[in-house]
Amino acid sequence: MQYTVNEKGYYGKFGGAYIPEMLYPNVEELERRYLEIMGSKSFQQAFHQLLKDYVGRPSPLYFAKRLSEKYQTQIYLKREDLNHTGAHKINNTIGQILLAKHLGKQRIIAETGAGQHGVATATVCALMGMPCIIYMGKVDIERQKPNVERMKLLGAEVRPALSGSQTLKDATNEAIRDWINHPTDTHYIIGSVVGPHPYPDMVARFQSVISEEMKRQLQEEIGRDYPDYLIACVGGGSNAAGAFYHYLDNPKVQLIAVEAGGKGVASGKSAATSILGKEGIIHGSMTLLMQTEDGQIVEPYSISAGLDYPGVGPIHAHLFDTKRAIFHAITDDEAMQAGVLLSRTEGIIPAIETAHAFAYLEKFTPQPEEVVVINLSGRGDKDLATYIQWQAEKATH
Amino acid sequence: MNRLDTLFQEKKANILNIYFTAGYPQLQDTTTLLTLLEETGVDIVEIGMPFSDPLADGETIQGSSQKALENGMTLSVLFEQLRDVRQKISIPIILMGYLNPVLQYGMEAFCKQCKAVGVDAVILPDMPLAVYETMYAPLFQQYGLANIFLITPQTSEKRIRTIDKLSKGFIYMVSSASTTGAKEGFGEEQEAYFQRIQAMNLQNPCLIGFGIANQASFLKACQYAAGAIIGSAFIKAIGQEAPLEEAVKQFVAQVRPQSQLTS
Ligand SMILES: Cc1ncc(COP(=O)(O)O)c(C=O)c1O
Repeated sequence: MQYTVNEKGYYGKFGGAYIPEMLYPNVEELERRYLEIMGSKSFQQAFHQLLKDYVGRPSPLYFAKRLSEKYQTQIYLKREDLNHTGAHKINNTIGQILLAKHLGKQRIIAETGAGQHGVATATVCALMGMPCIIYMGKVDIERQKPNVERMKLLGAEVRPALSGSQTLKDATNEAIRDWINHPTDTHYIIGSVVGPHPYPDMVARFQSVISEEMKRQLQEEIGRDYPDYLIACVGGGSNAAGAFYHYLDNPKVQLIAVEAGGKGVASGKSAATSILGKEGIIHGSMTLLMQTEDGQIVEPYSISAGLDYPGVGPIHAHLFDTKRAIFHAITDDEAMQAGVLLSRTEGIIPAIETAHAFAYLEKFTPQPEEVVVINLSGRGDKDLATYIQWQAEKATH
Repeated sequence: MNRLDTLFQEKKANILNIYFTAGYPQLQDTTTLLTLLEETGVDIVEIGMPFSDPLADGETIQGSSQKALENGMTLSVLFEQLRDVRQKISIPIILMGYLNPVLQYGMEAFCKQCKAVGVDAVILPDMPLAVYETMYAPLFQQYGLANIFLITPQTSEKRIRTIDKLSKGFIYMVSSASTTGAKEGFGEEQEAYFQRIQAMNLQNPCLIGFGIANQASFLKACQYAAGAIIGSAFIKAIGQEAPLEEAVKQFVAQVRPQSQLTS
């Protein structure tokens, strides 16, 4: 079974490039050139240099002693939260800004939900001196204020997406519309393994540095280069794709993708795409997405803005379809509890997105000698207000 | 013979194609609008199948789509409304929309319904050419439907030739790199593009769409192509307070010169 993309841009039946003709030249140019550029020596050198000196990679693989004691197993955390700007998102934006330069682009656009990808994009644009426009749903602008201010401080223009439900999917629509209106000078830095081919593959490759390092680090720590369980949260699925990438063909590793269950999968307020979704097209990709019977895209819900996406990257639709990975939905409350627990057991406040992955520790019982790696995709600084509010609400109930 | 082919055989110039979103402004306006458009001398109508996330559309059509969905428009409702349409309407009817709702309805069921009610062609801008060729071309053929392709100023000559070969009916020439309703009127760059396409002598007629809002831009488009397509400007016109009949008549009269009506 092939889990990575095939030569036609598909993962099994998922993927492809379902785009209007207006986007064809942009996407075709990328498709034609991304592998050649990414494979070139100069690109690789620049990419790794920046990951090392600017992002601070390799990110540590940390043995979480107290958490391991609590759950009676061996838990390691891949510390993407320690990256510059606080999440895995920067691995991708560094890669894409270099690519944009190779393509001779002069203007950068991006979408953002939680603001992490927006900040990571604004950061690399500042680094390269390129103009940067970030589309962000009006609703998200209100719930992720600190990140909006960070983007502005970094010199980016934040444009509110006023269409539809004014969240991540609409910000993505607006970014795509911008790209249609600027077909030659602009590169669109997509923030996850979503969108038309070659984006899902390109972003997965940039994020695959996570599992590349993990293999080395595990080899050093435990004498073998793979864990028994590998857990990551999934919004669009980029941190999970990066963490899974070099283990896709190793059946000894149980891959676990954790989705946002919101107020419960059956509650009507959820973002558990693989469970609630049906095959269809969102943002140019054939994948699983939440939609009505009539094929209208449904607005998802999650307490975490970064998981609040009605689709999932086509690689994950394929991993779900082939049962290569377990998909599990975690509710808001379970995630928040896990976030607080990690804060108090290890002194690490995780992003609420990431907290979903930790909540899965309550859902299975690995053996004491088994090794569990959790991809700690980001830190929780941006989420302080939500943590505080959630705790206050719990206290009054 | 397909009504589109008949039209293009009989009429080589000044073709006016008007787009509206099904279910807008009111759910039940579809057949009223069709009747009014035919009465006012419009040559082709494009009925938009509303979608929640219309990527290639600007604010106006996003808005009409959202309103239409709120009004309860679905593909099933639309086909029901169109059931007896061919008893009244004889101009070509095209359905335009995004692929996802059609896939959920089922491509074959969709093509079958199109034929049953008398739809002549379909425009699905986000259906890739390769997917159409390998998966759906036989279905379209079986049900006598033309698949209309788009070209833009950025489309390469080679690709335009391929599209020309695969096309039936006409080619939809997007006037500029933009979403619908984003720009009005044409500049020098666009005229150069129109001339370039005109010089290619394609086997299919072209209709120019995007950015056409009034008589000046309509006439300009007609200089270079068989005619033009108007969407956003028409949606704006029928979204006002005025009764539909008045709005449609006034709009078409504004766009099309009297002299063309008698020809
Ligand atoms: C810390 C963190 N983790 C995870 C995600 C979800 O994105 P993805 O599934 O692409 O990793 C986000 C998105 O904003 C995030 O900020």
